[in-house]
Amino acid sequence: MITANIQIAAYLFASILFILSLSGLSSQESAKKGVIYGIVGMAIALCATLFGTNINGYIYIIIAMIIASIIGVIVARKVEMTAMPQLIALLHSFVGLAAVLVGFSSFIDPKTAEMIGAERSIHLAEIFVGIFIGAITFTGSIIAWGKLTENITSKPFVYKGKDVVNVLLLLASVVLGILFMGKAGTEGMLYLVIMTVIAAFFGIMLVMAIGGADMPVVISMLNSLSGWTAAASGFMLGNDLLIVTGALVGSSGAILSIIMCRAMNRSFFAVISGGFGQEIKTGKKLEGKVNSMTHDEAVELLNEAQSVVIVPGYGMAVAKAQYPVHDLVEKLRSKGKTVRFGIHPVAGRLPGHMNVLLAEANVPYDIVLEMDEINPDLPETDVAMVIGANDTVNPGAQEDPSSPIYGMPVVEVWKAKRVIVMKRSMAVGYAGVENPLFYKENASMLYGDAKDSVEKINAKLN
Amino acid sequence: MKVGIPKELLQSELRVAATPKTVERLKKQGFEVLIESGCGLKAKFANEEYISAGAEVIGTASELYSKSDIILKVQPPTEAEIDLMKKGTVILSYLFPAQNQPLLKKLADAGINAVAMDAIPRISRAQKMDVLSSMANISGYRAVVEAANYFGRFLNGQITAAGKVEPAKVLVIGTGVAGLAAIGTAKSLGAIVRAFDTRKEAREQIQSMGAQFVTVEIDEDGSTASGYSKEMSQAFIDAEMALFKKQASEVDIIITTAQIPGKPAPKLLLEDHVKAMKPGSVIVDLAAGTGGNCVLTKKDEVYTTPNGVIIVGKVDTLPTQASFLYGNNLCNLLDDMGKAENFKIDMNDDVIKRAMVTYNGKVNWPPEPLAVSAQAKKTETTKPSPEEEAAKKAKKIKKALISNIIWLAIVGILMFLLGKVAPPEFMRHMTAFVLAVFVGWNVIWNVTHALHTPLMSVTNAISGIIITGGLLQMQNDLSDPRTIMAIIATLIAFINIVGGFTVTYRMLNMFKK
Repeated sequence: MITANIQIAAYLFASILFILSLSGLSSQESAKKGVIYGIVGMAIALCATLFGTNINGYIYIIIAMIIASIIGVIVARKVEMTAMPQLIALLHSFVGLAAVLVGFSSFIDPKTAEMIGAERSIHLAEIFVGIFIGAITFTGSIIAWGKLTENITSKPFVYKGKDVVNVLLLLASVVLGILFMGKAGTEGMLYLVIMTVIAAFFGIMLVMAIGGADMPVVISMLNSLSGWTAAASGFMLGNDLLIVTGALVGSSGAILSIIMCRAMNRSFFAVISGGFGQEIKTGKKLEGKVNSMTHDEAVELLNEAQSVVIVPGYGMAVAKAQYPVHDLVEKLRSKGKTVRFGIHPVAGRLPGHMNVLLAEANVPYDIVLEMDEINPDLPETDVAMVIGANDTVNPGAQEDPSSPIYGMPVVEVWKAKRVIVMKRSMAVGYAGVENPLFYKENASMLYGDAKDSVEKINAKLN
Repeated sequence: MKVGIPKELLQSELRVAATPKTVERLKKQGFEVLIESGCGLKAKFANEEYISAGAEVIGTASELYSKSDIILKVQPPTEAEIDLMKKGTVILSYLFPAQNQPLLKKLADAGINAVAMDAIPRISRAQKMDVLSSMANISGYRAVVEAANYFGRFLNGQITAAGKVEPAKVLVIGTGVAGLAAIGTAKSLGAIVRAFDTRKEAREQIQSMGAQFVTVEIDEDGSTASGYSKEMSQAFIDAEMALFKKQASEVDIIITTAQIPGKPAPKLLLEDHVKAMKPGSVIVDLAAGTGGNCVLTKKDEVYTTPNGVIIVGKVDTLPTQASFLYGNNLCNLLDDMGKAENFKIDMNDDVIKRAMVTYNGKVNWPPEPLAVSAQAKKTETTKPSPEEEAAKKAKKIKKALISNIIWLAIVGILMFLLGKVAPPEFMRHMTAFVLAVFVGWNVIWNVTHALHTPLMSVTNAISGIIITGGLLQMQNDLSDPRTIMAIIATLIAFINIVGGFTVTYRMLNMFKK
């Protein structure tokens, strides 16, 4: 057993390690160190808790931890990198569920019933808020997981009066909260349960209303929520470690959401209120000729090019084309051509999704550039290859003020001398906007599955 | 459909309208290709190469003309050649319609549908068939090569064991396609390049090629809707002349490319300017064909002035390269006209109706004008004066300050109210919470985009700290509902911790330089 003072010191040390862990992730060189800091911090925090006073049921704890370790390691090793968004969504839901359980458990703790006055009110409020956020996180993440695994349609689901209903539900929750705080002992249980159901429903509707293209925002928002959940539980249990850690995670997720929203030139509220790609978008009706090309012509173009920029999108992830793309890059580089990648911040379904996929396929990270780094170089690029990206390379965002995505920063592939667009069909992207890129003089469509196409090009390129 | 490529009759014309490569393209488009024997010799293409590309070699011009439906040529046809053509033949060639009215008449009378390649409007869509651009590109490149040839020094600067070599200074006047190509070539040879143009939109293009934009103090834009520049005011010209005088004394090589369609080239370099140049300097005048930008230029001649300045009035056309680009321009036009299968003369098409100078026995020249300026006219807005701007800015700052103060006041009052009712324990937690939010906020902004996914999975693992909640609620008694809830909470939170860290580590292992 260690004393409370030592426990606090250990928690403080763990908090410092967590901060170092997050700041370690700011660059590739220090990222691994960051993870180690995180693991050490977590170990210290757990030891300090387990060997502290007031811990019972060691046997259950050990059993639960062993089972969890096995599941965790297996899942983490097996998961495919293309499925990272799903996994992260699922893990977020766990945090939410755990917070709900801890909240209820804390409520029925006899100590809660013993409290009086302001202390009791505040404690009940903490429980109420903790469960509320936890339940939203839980169901919201489950729905996000469903959408990402395509068990649920990724089209936004909205109905008329959605906003009114949401506001009413929120108001109902506040009323329930006030009633709940007025009850003695555990008599408020009913209010707590009703509120939990409302919050769960709220979480479902929140994510249902959001379209596939906005998934990076949703995931970062849920990431943020899971942090706030932990912080709320910290208040509830009077545990500073939980508060600090939760606040760190919460603000980190909030920043990611902001970065993602900026990358799409949309306000956070516009994303949350949902419906992107659902309403009928006008934009300019496009007319003109679309050039298509064969694999041989693509090979010829690549052979002649000195510099190539590859712009991947969600289509590359769907087709799992990252390995053939890596082979293509190797082939082109061995011929002395400059090959680089241009990544849009919201490409894929998760912030940084493309980077992880390319890293998985062993593409060196120093040729994988951000949108802002690659855009100035595109006019001097011979061939830009768009693999399964659509809205993130839409020139309408700059040229057509009537376009719904006007003003969103995009990768300016059309400025390259030639553009090869690999795409399954002429269909519109998630934003539901026509893409004038396909009608550009210097762009040619290469139809077909991205993986097939790249493999065919690889076979012919020598 | 048969496409015929005759031998060029003009002795000085080295180019040919199709190369073996473009013949392959024509075959792909579905045409049969006939070439006159020896048509490519001057551009270094042998008959055999054409044959292996799929062309049929015809012995005489008369047979070729009688068999072909479409004729591809470089120089305008002579009267004798027109007589050989069938009625309804389509010819794609340089025609100089503005200066060649009698020829157009003759073509129209013979019932020949002639496309003047030099009259293709210079709009974005037609760039791929714009022979003026593709040829100008060549002459711009070649101008630098000629200049380097006559210039007695390196173009690039070098520091060698034998001493330091200063880089040559090149001035390019007129930065259309030829001028820009010249800038690019001179730059890649290592020279210091300056460039001048009366059109304002040229500045950006010049700078993008890596040259320095030199200009006069007078604010006047020479841009016109045609894409060429207009003639400037007297004041502007005086300033321009003074600028050239100063530049002439500094630079080693001057390349001039200024042309105004249908008019003699503007005289930009006077005797004064040439006299100001150092001996051994070179002037390459790409406008020599239309009278020259320099008053001393002699067409098709290279000569040295008494003060030792070499003036080049003829520039090789690189026939092999030029034939290839010209041939490709023609192929692109045939692509647009529907290839062999759907070949059609569409007089509603913006490009065709302007370039088709004779059609169905009628002369179709001059065409209606078409605006191609690269820069849309900007609407003039009255700019606020600096004082107004400063006042606005000060107002803005003041406003921001006031709203800041109000915000802080509100937050302060809320804190105060909270402190009044909440127990000290709660306030202690609040302190930790607020500080942690600020720390997190500042730490995360530095994360690179590429690491967003690992960041998320690591924060996810860290948020598994919720496990402490489960641990603290755990009881010894399994019949207590708290124990069951705590076990579940511990289980899933620990999956989060283990899974999150493992998968992050796995991801980071993949990031390699």
